Amino acid sequence: MSTDVIDKAPVAPEVPRLKGRGKPWRERFFELSLWASLAVGVIFLVSLLAYVVTEGWPRLDSRIWTNFPDIIDPTNAGAQSAIMGTVWVIAFTAVYCLPTGILTAIYLEEYADPTRWWNRLIEINIQNLAAVPSIVYGILGLGVISRGLGFGQTVMTASLTLSLLVLPTVIIASREAVRAVPQSIRQASLALGATQWQTIWRQVLPAAVPGMATGSILALSRAIGEAAPLLLLGGLTFITFNPTGVQSQFTVLPIQIFNWISQSRAEFTALAASAIVILLVILLAMNSVAIWLRNRYSRRW
Amino acid sequence: MSSSVTGRQTASGGPGFLKRSQPRYGEKAIKVLLVAASLVSVLTTIGIVIALIPPAAEFFGKVNFGEFITGTNWAPLFKPPHFGVIPLVGGTLMVTLIALLVAVPLGLGAAVYLSEYARPRVRRVFKPMLEVLAGIPTVVYGFFALKALTPLLQDVWPVGDPPQVFNALSAGFVMGIMIIPTIASLAEDSMAAVPRALRDGAFGLGSSKMQVSTRVVFPAALSGIVAAVVLGISRALGETMIVAVAAGGRPNLSFNPLEGMQTMTAFIAAAGIGDLPTGSTGYQTIFAVGSLLFVMTLVMNLVSIRLVRKYREVYE
Repeated sequence: MSTDVIDKAPVAPEVPRLKGRGKPWRERFFELSLWASLAVGVIFLVSLLAYVVTEGWPRLDSRIWTNFPDIIDPTNAGAQSAIMGTVWVIAFTAVYCLPTGILTAIYLEEYADPTRWWNRLIEINIQNLAAVPSIVYGILGLGVISRGLGFGQTVMTASLTLSLLVLPTVIIASREAVRAVPQSIRQASLALGATQWQTIWRQVLPAAVPGMATGSILALSRAIGEAAPLLLLGGLTFITFNPTGVQSQFTVLPIQIFNWISQSRAEFTALAASAIVILLVILLAMNSVAIWLRNRYSRRW
Repeated sequence: MSSSVTGRQTASGGPGFLKRSQPRYGEKAIKVLLVAASLVSVLTTIGIVIALIPPAAEFFGKVNFGEFITGTNWAPLFKPPHFGVIPLVGGTLMVTLIALLVAVPLGLGAAVYLSEYARPRVRRVFKPMLEVLAGIPTVVYGFFALKALTPLLQDVWPVGDPPQVFNALSAGFVMGIMIIPTIASLAEDSMAAVPRALRDGAFGLGSSKMQVSTRVVFPAALSGIVAAVVLGISRALGETMIVAVAAGGRPNLSFNPLEGMQTMTAFIAAAGIGDLPTGSTGYQTIFAVGSLLFVMTLVMNLVSIRLVRKYREVYE
């Protein structure tokens, strides 16, 4: 019976049916609008960069890093104290937050039992801290570090505040780097008689360092751009000297830029734009280092 | 570290042979150090609460909480002062709403494109470009909104009054652009977690790419997408520099996005710049408004953490 059917079957009239008749216009429109929503962001980015460079172009020379801010003569002012302040604040932020963040990541990945409530509490707490508004960290810095502990409006206070702000980012990035190290490496090391810490120190950490460095650089570059918490710490004070130590008063680039934006004279707009270019160049350089590190040292297991 | 001892002294043999006879103090000390480091983050939360609660409590000793939460006049430094926080909350919600109107469609559109349509090479170019948006300092966004976008809007405004120099629209728009990468990256992650088989099944039934994207992948990834949007809301609520620069410093209970208005964060920043004496009511308003902001973002974060966990459990 079935052979009859096969015999009677004509020579494949179905073939044209399977062929597409081109995409309907709705499909094209949908894909186009998806593409457009990606393009809006990219176009915005390009126009922002173009605007900042053209606005700041007349002031983009060595004066921006050799001269100090000058409220009377903005045509010749620079941002040296802000650039040096940024370097000081970020250096100490790194000193405070990198060891703390990396040690926390090691604890959570290698030692902590995730079924215990206190470890879960620490984890949820870190997730939550990652999304606390930065101005709230400013309130913490103002209320507890600056006035409570009596550190005052200094480089020290700013670095501590920023390091608490970026600590969750460092922890999350470092945890991912530690987790990426395969379990077999640890088991091999333990089987050879190494202790848990020896395994971590000699096997896990060296393998995780590139990932940690990448995440840490990105976290620090976020700290460089932060202005909101430092507004509360008196970073806006008109500073025309470089910091000399952790007890010194300071200003940083984003605060200096905010200060200049608030001025009404047109010269300050150009000055702010050129300082923005400097800030973006620093951030771009840090991001490039992070990408280079990831490409150069990351390992596939 | 002296760690060569493996417990051979226990003569009984059997399982005791493997037991360690000497406690390794070095190992213990290291663990204590690690625990101490991870307590820093817990102490940070405690520190935030300590920084907020006592001054806020003192503030509410002087100002009626009901008046604070329902009052429509915010003038804390005037005489007589008024402490109705509604104008600040209204300004915050207005800017957040504008930001979401920009960020949610564009972020999700970019996510669907990158996850379902883009070839690997296109992805490799555009994804990092989008991520650069998240890395630009917010004071730069504020500068762009105030000095480039607002004048542009004022020039091309077709009908009625053009936007004011400080307005919620420019601030909200650039904030929306800033949030795109946040939403796009989290939404894309959850779309990538949708199993290949679901897509193949839908394609096998004759679905087009658009149908697969909107009727299969999108619903399957919905809880992750909602989590992304919730995270976007909490970023927008807490953003300070854009609104401090571009939205203006005048509390204004208005539904017109072309007017200037002050947000909670912008008020905190403005009050923080003016060196207020410790203990004054003006100084304590920072902590009262900060507490309200912290509670609002805390609720948002907990919702988002819960949603992220939920969608992660689905396909693992």
